[in-house]
Amino acid sequence: MITQMQVRASRPERLDRVLGVESLGAYYGGKPALKDVTMDVYENLVTAVIGPSGCGKSTFIRCLNRMNDLIPSFSQTGTIRYHGQDITGPDVDPVAVRRHIGMVFQRPNPFPKSIYDNVAWGCKVLGMRDNLGDRVERALTQAALWDEVKDRLKASALSLSGGQQQRLCIARAIAVEPDVVLMDEPASALDPIATGAIEQLMHDLKQDYSFVIVTHNMQQAARVADMTAFFSISRGEEGERWGELVEYAPTETIFTNPSDKRTEDYVTGRFG
Amino acid sequence: MSTHGITRADLQLVHLPRRRRINRAMELLAWLAATIAVAALVVVVWSVAKRGAPALNLDLLTRAPVAFALGPVKQGLANAFAGSLVLVGLATLMTVPVGILIAVYLTEYARPSIRSAVSLALDVLNGVPAIVIAIFVFGLLVVGHGQSGWAGSFALACLMLPLVARSTMEVLLLVPVSLREASLGLGVPRWRTTLSIVLPQTLGGIVTGTVLAVARVAGETAPLLFTSSIVGTQVGWSPNHALQSIPVAIYELSESADPADHARAWAAATVLLVFILLTSLTARWLATRGRRRLSTSR
Repeated sequence: MITQMQVRASRPERLDRVLGVESLGAYYGGKPALKDVTMDVYENLVTAVIGPSGCGKSTFIRCLNRMNDLIPSFSQTGTIRYHGQDITGPDVDPVAVRRHIGMVFQRPNPFPKSIYDNVAWGCKVLGMRDNLGDRVERALTQAALWDEVKDRLKASALSLSGGQQQRLCIARAIAVEPDVVLMDEPASALDPIATGAIEQLMHDLKQDYSFVIVTHNMQQAARVADMTAFFSISRGEEGERWGELVEYAPTETIFTNPSDKRTEDYVTGRFG
Repeated sequence: MSTHGITRADLQLVHLPRRRRINRAMELLAWLAATIAVAALVVVVWSVAKRGAPALNLDLLTRAPVAFALGPVKQGLANAFAGSLVLVGLATLMTVPVGILIAVYLTEYARPSIRSAVSLALDVLNGVPAIVIAIFVFGLLVVGHGQSGWAGSFALACLMLPLVARSTMEVLLLVPVSLREASLGLGVPRWRTTLSIVLPQTLGGIVTGTVLAVARVAGETAPLLFTSSIVGTQVGWSPNHALQSIPVAIYELSESADPADHARAWAAATVLLVFILLTSLTARWLATRGRRRLSTSR
């Protein structure tokens, strides 16, 4: 497990903004799921998004790489800038956005292909054909899976355990060299040992990537994240509910000295 | 024993004998229903095979009929078998690409409102009686041009299209969204995701649906009566002319005054039945093989 000290020690001196979210609102069929979220995501840090169920954590993270485009009734307001470029407009190709901002999902979803092909396929399709074998090995090593699978790369990915499948999905995501890796509760279906392995690899990899991780596990956020955003549920006059960003600060501040009462209630377990 | 106020009697299932009787009775009813279905199939196959067997020989499959023959010298029905092969084959070639494209459009691209509207249209098309399709194709392709294998196979294709499109849709919808998201999350374009990730998952299902549609239209008579039935006795392979087919041959032979023709009709029916049983079994085999490959390929 990573200690709090390691995380603090590895934080770079200067923070570069990789994603700038401004007044983001998200709606499903006109019903608000998120309102007025403004926050920046910094390069080479792990940014955690925590909050109770239904607070729009997943909706938020899926906005960051246009994954919500797949939902017909979805609509969005506000802007998201990626290295200064607005990525929300209809003239932006979501495929190009996802090419730079990869995603790891809640449930491991390997392709029904061999372990090797799971990692290699994306590279091949995206034109990264040179030294494919090395590329696959590097990605699997980075995802802390190489030693476990190097002797059976031709075996089906579906024969792996859940934790191994999730690390394979991480290897697949980083093999195509994204800039940002979004993780939507990547460890919620895994046992503590597999969870530990995934937290460790995020810690090891953040010098090369920026991570945004959604988690409902506060200990996990405390362990892995440099910055933490706390989302909560707001209720309107007519009973409608939506998520909003309550507080965004360095993880230590969120957990030891939050400025908002709601954050304090949540992190100390007094919520709801 | 009764420290919590529970006595032995509270725990005994007092209604057990009655429940067990009802359970037995329902089980028996379900078993009977299943038996009726199987029995119907067995009776049909048995009665057709029994009457068809005497006229069933290799000549039936390989020789053309003799025109205006009397008595037993009737030879085979090779023209009908060849014609059915061409008609059903062409109909399949017309249907499969279009059916798959319709299904891909509806499941992967169309808005929900369009998807449900077109699905409904396909279901309605599926429910249109074969004779109505036949009259439609007769008016469209036969009037003014004459009968042809093209018209016949087009009529069959109209019947096959909703079956292929709907069954392909069903298997496309079975592909988990998470698999599409995995590919799209890598920055892979939508078309590539559909082609390389989604469609390969459904290959077994598409083949199964197609084979079942083939089995279904191979026995269709009505669409061919109007479009491809005025034929000679020679074996023809070109769809530019009207082609004889098994169901139409059965129909015509059964109308004949000659008992020898009736025997040949039964024989042709036996061949058709065997063909349909075999294609259905093939479809099942392909489906289970595809499933096994999907779930436990190690």
